[in-house]
Amino acid sequence: MSDHEITLTINGESVTRSVEARTLLVHFIREDLSLTGTHIGCDTTSCGACTVLVNGKPVKSCTMFAVQAEGAEVETIESLAAAGKLHPLQEGFWEKHGLQCGYCTPGMIMSAKGFLAQNPNPTEDEIRHGISGNLCRCTGYNKIVEAIQYAAEKLQAAEGGE
Amino acid sequence: MIPGVFDYHSPNSLDEAISLLKQHSGDAKILAGGQSLIPAMRFRLAVPSILIDINRLNDLRYVEERGDHLAIGAMTREHTLEDSPVVRSSYPLLYDTAVVIADPLVRNQATVGGNIAHADPANDHPATMLAYDATVVAKGPGGERTIAIDDFFTGLFENAMGEDEILTEIRIPKPSAGSGGAYTKFERKVGDYAISAAAVQLRLSGDTIAEARIGLTNVSAVPIRAKSAEGALVGKAVTPETIEAAGQAAAAECDPSPDLRGSVDYKRDVTRVMVKRSIEKAVARAKGGK
Repeated sequence: MSDHEITLTINGESVTRSVEARTLLVHFIREDLSLTGTHIGCDTTSCGACTVLVNGKPVKSCTMFAVQAEGAEVETIESLAAAGKLHPLQEGFWEKHGLQCGYCTPGMIMSAKGFLAQNPNPTEDEIRHGISGNLCRCTGYNKIVEAIQYAAEKLQAAEGGE
Repeated sequence: MIPGVFDYHSPNSLDEAISLLKQHSGDAKILAGGQSLIPAMRFRLAVPSILIDINRLNDLRYVEERGDHLAIGAMTREHTLEDSPVVRSSYPLLYDTAVVIADPLVRNQATVGGNIAHADPANDHPATMLAYDATVVAKGPGGERTIAIDDFFTGLFENAMGEDEILTEIRIPKPSAGSGGAYTKFERKVGDYAISAAAVQLRLSGDTIAEARIGLTNVSAVPIRAKSAEGALVGKAVTPETIEAAGQAAAAECDPSPDLRGSVDYKRDVTRVMVKRSIEKAVARAKGGK
């Protein structure tokens, strides 16, 4: 029942904390680091509201222990906006009305960020497959797909412009 | 929901993991991808006092053909199968399975070895590995041994490994010429367990089915082969009647439980349809189709 000292990078910053082994990564992020953008939805590994990137891959932070993130790079929704400017994904959700209540949005955006990094120019089917681990109970998903398409185009354009 | 208290170890080598397992035999659980174990711990369905996290064992992550088989390291993440060119080109049954396991977020963490070792009849790999006639490699303090997949699943969440053994590799025989396979799953929504699913691997000789193995998902207490359905195929010409007979045989020999996914009769009929669809797809692939 020992505590463990862990060091990980969260949104580019190195943090060291002592955690109980049973502390879930999502609780560590929300309660120890006070980053409450990551949501807890179902608590049953079903909904994806708690999605964060661990070493670039989107995973459900409610289904991983914080001790397992030792040495990892973790990114949460708080890492997206830079210098007060929305990330293209956030802008897409704003412009295309990709959210209603907003509860699933941080998870949706982190999933989208993860798969756009692998597949920058996805088809609509690939987007739907990519977010199939994230539940939304409001939108019916169409606006979310449009938001991600918006972001993909914008990110592609930014890449091409450099 | 927060899991019960446990001691946590994260060994850096397989030998260290085995010696920890031996030392804590009976109290310890192996933590692989954790996508079944951690939810079970949150519900307190599992309350292990010691967790041995084997995620540092990077040596156990590989998917490659070696000699007469495809070797899959136990700690290979499910998404790796999806992205593997050799799986895509030569193991269509495995590819079909890999893309319908849980959801993409779970597949980023979940491991092939964990899916099999968990011995949950609702998991997708057991049926697929039964259809492939795969071999499981287990390592314990006494060394390494192989276990035929037909002997591996011994009960609900129970397998043939000793308490001090770790599943290290799964071997799938290279399909011979004229072979085809397919996995068809019927689920209420992405991420749910199958209402029923069927894994079929067969070999054609001309227009006759020379060999066939069929595994079923979530329609029995232990992962099973549909042996009567296999019997209805082998030695027969591929006709709609033969395929229907195999589907009906599988519906009769499976043993589903009624639950929120449907009644026994419904699940039997879904099984009949899944088996038929998988056979049709497997036959088309054996003839060189997609």
